[in-house]
Formats: sequence, C-alpha cells, structure tokens
Amino acid sequence: MRAIGLVALHVFRDSVRDKVLYSIVAFAVLLMAASYLIGQLTAGQDLKIIKDLGLAAMSLMGLFIAVFIGIGLIAREIDRRSVYAVLAKPVRRHELLLGKYVGLVGTLVVNLAVMAAAYYVVLAYMAWMLPPAALKASPAPPTDPRLLLAVAMIGLELALVTAIALFWSTFSSSALLSAGLTVALYIAGQFGADLKNFEQVVQSPAAGTIGRALYYVLPNFAAFDIKTQVVNALPIADGYVALTAAYALTYIALLLTVSVIIFARRDFK
Amino acid sequence: MDAIRTEGLTKHYSVGFWRSRPYIALDNLNLEVARGEVFGFLGPNGAGKTTTLKLLMQLIFPTAGRAWILDRPAGDVGMRRRIGYLPENPTFYDNVSAEELLSYFAALFGYRGVERSRRVAALLDEVGLGAERRMQLRKYSKGMIQRVGIAQALINEPEVVFLDEPMSGLDPLGRREVRDLILRLRDRGATVFFSSHILADAEAICSRVGIVAAGRLVAAGTLAEMVPFRIRGWDLIVAGLSADAVAGVATRGATATAIADGRYHVVWPATATADEALAFVRSAGAELVSVNPIRDTLEDFFVAQVQQTGRRSFD
Repeated sequence: MRAIGLVALHVFRDSVRDKVLYSIVAFAVLLMAASYLIGQLTAGQDLKIIKDLGLAAMSLMGLFIAVFIGIGLIAREIDRRSVYAVLAKPVRRHELLLGKYVGLVGTLVVNLAVMAAAYYVVLAYMAWMLPPAALKASPAPPTDPRLLLAVAMIGLELALVTAIALFWSTFSSSALLSAGLTVALYIAGQFGADLKNFEQVVQSPAAGTIGRALYYVLPNFAAFDIKTQVVNALPIADGYVALTAAYALTYIALLLTVSVIIFARRDFK
Repeated sequence: MDAIRTEGLTKHYSVGFWRSRPYIALDNLNLEVARGEVFGFLGPNGAGKTTTLKLLMQLIFPTAGRAWILDRPAGDVGMRRRIGYLPENPTFYDNVSAEELLSYFAALFGYRGVERSRRVAALLDEVGLGAERRMQLRKYSKGMIQRVGIAQALINEPEVVFLDEPMSGLDPLGRREVRDLILRLRDRGATVFFSSHILADAEAICSRVGIVAAGRLVAAGTLAEMVPFRIRGWDLIVAGLSADAVAGVATRGATATAIADGRYHVVWPATATADEALAFVRSAGAELVSVNPIRDTLEDFFVAQVQQTGRRSFD
C-alpha cells in the first residue's frame, strides 16, 4: 500500500506541473468566462446557458486531461523507458500501475475542483449582476449546490475514462493508438441508450443482439450525464447517483484487474 | 555465495508482423559472478547485453532458463532492496528535479525524513549534480541524465549494482569519474556487473569479463586468462631520422611512418629485442621520443571472438 501511495504522490507531482495541464485548465476557465458573454446574447436564458456551458467545459477538458496525460503516464513511460528504473526497485508491477491510476485520478480531482471553483465564481458574479426578475425566472438558484452533483458525476466519468486509458496503455506501445481507442470508446459509450434499443430500429435480429451485447460490454457514459436535470431543476430518481457510482466503480475495478494481469506479464522490449 | 548466477538463460522474440519468425536474443547463458567482483559484460551492439540485464531485472521474462541474484530468484521483490540498476540511455520524468526523483526512489526503499535527504544530497554531490539538484530534469543534458541514472542506481547502497552502458553519453572526464566510482563501489565490497562495448573501460577496471556475441557467451574469465599479454613488437616514436635510416628500418623487417615535424612512428618486430631497436636509433643519430611494447589487448581478443562467432552463425 505504501508503494502505491508513493507512486501516486510522484505521479501527482509530475502531472500537476505538466504545461499541457495548465493550458487545458486555463482554457476551461476561459470558456466559462466566455459563457458569460454568450449568455448576454440570449434574452432571459443567461444563467441556464452559463450553467450548461460550464459543465460541458469541465467534462470536455477533464476528458482531455484523462486521455492525454493519462496515456502519457504508462504508454509514454514504457516508450521512454523510465519504467525500467522504477521496476528494478522494490515495487511490484501492480503497485506501480495502481499508484499511477490513483495519482492521475488525484490530479483530475484537483483540476476538477479548480474548474468547479472558477465555475461558482462566474455563477456568483451572475447572481450579483442579474436583475431580481431574471433570478426569479430561473428554475434553480445561480449557485445551486446540486451543480456539485453533476460535477461529481463528471469526476466519476473521468475516473472511468482514466481506467480505460490505462487499460489500453498496458499492452499498446503507441500512445497515439491508446488515445485514439480511448476516445473511440468514450464516443461509443455516449450511445448506450441507442445500443440498448438497437433491435427496435433494425430488421436483423442478429444486429439487434449485437447492439444489446455491446450495450452491456461498452461503458455507458451517457449514464453519467445529469447536466440537464441539474440545470433545469428536474428531479433525479432516488438512488440513481449511488447506482451509477456503483456501476462506475465496478467497471473501473474490472478494468484495473485486467490491466494488472496484462501488465504483470508484459515484456518491456 | 554467488552475486549473480544464470542457468540456460534464453530469450526468443517473434519478429515480423505477417509471418513471424523467432529471433534469438539470448541463447543458453550460463554465468556466475562472485561477490565483490567487477564483471564486464562485453559485446558489440545487438549481442544480447541489454537483454541479459533486462532478464536479470525481470523487465522481460525468459523463454527458458533461470537467474538468481544474491541467491534469490531474479523476480524476488525483497532481493531488489539490495540491488541497483542503471538502464541503458535512461530517461526519467521531465517535470521533477533530480532531488525529487532521488527522494521518490529513496522512499520506495523505505528511507524517510532526514536520512533520506542526507542520502539524496550526498549522492547528487558524488555524481557532480549538487548545484543543479533543484532543476527540472527536462533541462538536463544527456550526460547529466546519465549521472542522475547512476545516482538512482546507488540510492539504496546496493550490494550488487547493474550498469547498462554506464559510460554512454559521458565526456572523457565523466567516463573517468564513472570508472573511479565503480572502483570505489568495489572497494566497499559491492559487486558491479556492467555492460559495455568500450573495451578500454573494461580493461581498466574489471576483475573478470564475459564476451557475448550473437546472443551467446563466447568467452568468460579474468583478463589474464583471455589476453596472454605477450609482446608482439615495439612501438617507437623517433625524431630526426634520415632518409638512409628510414630505408635501413625496412631491411630489418620494421616499418617507419612519417608523423609530423620530422618525427616517425617506427614499429619494430618482436623478433628483435628492445635493445636492438634502441641501438639502431642511436647509430642513425636520431632522437628517441618514446618506446612502448606492443602487447595483445582485450580488443584483439574481443575482435577475434566476435568474428569467429559471426562466422559460426553464418555457417
């Protein structure tokens, strides 16, 4: 456990200093600030648009961090051979892999927190600027604590993306291929509901079965999207968040287990 | 107790995408290195040196055979507390400093607090990076990274140190420092196993060497066993040799080659004694600048072994 903690701490230290990370976070904050301007163009919808855009920016930028820095952590480490010196130390391969994962998720959580703080600053500014009538017309208060629930779901989604990125990196030597496969799976996972109901729109029963099978195998990223409900103050079913969290954690555990098995047998040529 | 032992260590790779065929990177390596030895593992590029080191570090797994370090299986995590390893052309993490990197590695070995800081500072001073300890590694030159690599291999005061091409990327001064460092490690009782294709380094510091070529160990032993050090002639630098004297050199089975500033490089055959060569120089009225015996070198032995192996592989 100590080795996992040490590796995680090192990963965190290394990745929070990555210039790419700063660019991504700066871009996300800029996007949130810009959403204020976009809000100005739409009569009466300012707050809703800012909330929507802010959450979308966090999700998208978080995805970039998870994919590009996440894949760099293992694929680039193998490619550049920095893994050699570490594995000659008293560290088991699974400890290195899990430490990397924990460290990257830690980096993501901190960045998500920074983006969420910037988000709330923009929203607080809006609350101060908007006339009382506009505030009253809004379905939810500007600095609605329920927004944090959506941020938490983004965090879970990114933890899953990171696990996928790590999984591909354990056997692919190419960082670019790993990134491409992760993004492809992320996009495919957005269409979970469509795959589930695929048999209703196709003639072939085989295609329908394949669609349903893919629904069960592919990660269902659409499940993490509660932005619409939160922004529009719509109800979320009891236990939905807990169930989705359990789904994410199970999926992550499975991916990490398979990654550990593959990584334990890998030859570093 | 052996520091390192391998029995039939073999590694095959599949090469080719469509019709893959086996490539023998290492074939049936049987090796024993005693404790306290400085063992040079020599061979041309692609001979199997790095493959052997990777097998010993369990970065790759053998197709056949086994390896032990300090009488423990090569994969034993507990054993790794007692060894150090410098990979070939190492790279580390761009965004951390040498001090942070070494501190991280020291922590993996269980060093804590003041002891860890003291150890890291002492090692960085020893490899000549004390002043740059807080600089991010992305700003380091190749030679500086190599020094960081050497420092991290020694962070735990290892009993056995594996160095894969430790002189690579270093200037002559750096190479000299690494040679001295290896000798200091030997003096404090550590075993050093290093790979190199620079034979002068091995000749200067090794107690024993192994020569590997085309994946096979073709020779192993002490330098005295491999190289008989017999005299094959005399190497003279002479100034003021007249044209007649140059012609006279040829009649005695020797050769004289003009260098510069009226100096000649004269190679005298072993059939004559050094006194005979010197007597000729004196009688010719020339000035002797230097005289050295020409001996068999490790390089001669190495080239002969590698060429023989190449021919055997070809046959």
